[in-house]
Amino acid sequence: MAKVILTVNGRTMSGECEERTLLVHFIRENLGLTGTHVGCDTSQCGTCVVHMDGKSVKSCSILAVQASGSSITTIEGISANGELHPVQAAFKENHGLQCGFCTPGMVMTAVDMISRHGANLDEKTVRAELEGNICRCTGYHNIVKAILAASAEMSAARQAAE
Amino acid sequence: MYAANYHRPSTVEEAAQILAGAPEGKYVAGGMTMIPTMKQRLAAPSDIIDLRHIESMKGITVDGRKVRIGAATTHAEVASSAAIKAVCPALCHLAGLIGDPHVRHMGTIGGSIANNDPAADYPAGMLGLGTTIIGNGFQIAADDFFTGLFETALMDGQIITAIEFEAPETAGYEKFPNPASRYAMTGVFVSKGANGVRVAVTGAGSSGVFRHGGMETALAANWSPAALDAVSVDASDLLSDLHGSAEYRANLVKVMAKRAVAAAR
Repeated sequence: MAKVILTVNGRTMSGECEERTLLVHFIRENLGLTGTHVGCDTSQCGTCVVHMDGKSVKSCSILAVQASGSSITTIEGISANGELHPVQAAFKENHGLQCGFCTPGMVMTAVDMISRHGANLDEKTVRAELEGNICRCTGYHNIVKAILAASAEMSAARQAAE
Repeated sequence: MYAANYHRPSTVEEAAQILAGAPEGKYVAGGMTMIPTMKQRLAAPSDIIDLRHIESMKGITVDGRKVRIGAATTHAEVASSAAIKAVCPALCHLAGLIGDPHVRHMGTIGGSIANNDPAADYPAGMLGLGTTIIGNGFQIAADDFFTGLFETALMDGQIITAIEFEAPETAGYEKFPNPASRYAMTGVFVSKGANGVRVAVTGAGSSGVFRHGGMETALAANWSPAALDAVSVDASDLLSDLHGSAEYRANLVKVMAKRAVAAAR
């Protein structure tokens, strides 16, 4: 057994697990944060995307022991003061989900995408950047719309703040 | 996944020492092939030796036209490196086509080269740029490094620590991605510089990445897509699988090479 220490959504958390335990299972089963999903067994679907030290990663393709010492943000950690994160709000507004299973990974991917591209996001970039996330309901159209809307909203908010 | 012991060395020497004591052990870099392979129980190393925390394997330095990329540098870091983009934008373009954003945040250049997947992008970049692959006690030219499907000149215990190359005058990379996996059905890296013209093909060869002499000769005489019209690509040594026949790939090699020359800068 190995001891894993992580900063998760700003709080230090630790637990014991087997060395072969995947980060996604550690997050769900040891930490009880079940917003991060497992949708495939082949590292392709992206429902397990979390941020590790500020970058989007597939938590199903990293061992918990590999991640030990890092800072993790999950879907539970992006809203603040009872208000949805602008990306979550945009998914709701634009009907960017149907069954909702892929949504946590989609939202975490979108937050990372917007932070890297800022206001430069266009539809082609969004579609290319969604390469690692599979949705079987929506046909992606409203997901793309939601991400573009969130990107516009967030850059407008940033400008207003300056 | 079968059980395995995890190690986190902080130096190359320490990593090599741990592997020496664990004959069934394996190094893991970004783990973007290794962990999924272990999940499928296609690999079962007794020990996993994590190379992500070795500082000396990190970082990019560009001195004039001489480029050095630490083996632990991620695809995302290469894709977004302004320093590399200034001298060899084709390599940034190649790195940005690997996998998806999440894979590019973890996967490393050293890991990709050491794995030598016959449909991976980096082997074409290494061979097409004539890089030198450097590690603990060795320096190997890319021409001698890639020896077969998932086979390299690396010996037991050896770790790639960096790659180096002289940026060519111009280079380009184009690939036809498999619609499902996005691995290269065929990818071609072309470059022209002080060491002549190089054309490296990935995804198509039945023994992995290879150089195409006929195309190199044609492009050395005339650096233009049209120069490749008269070159024939032999299908007999190419991969044939459910995604495409050898003849189909032979055609793709030529089309991708022409596109790479057209896109080269």
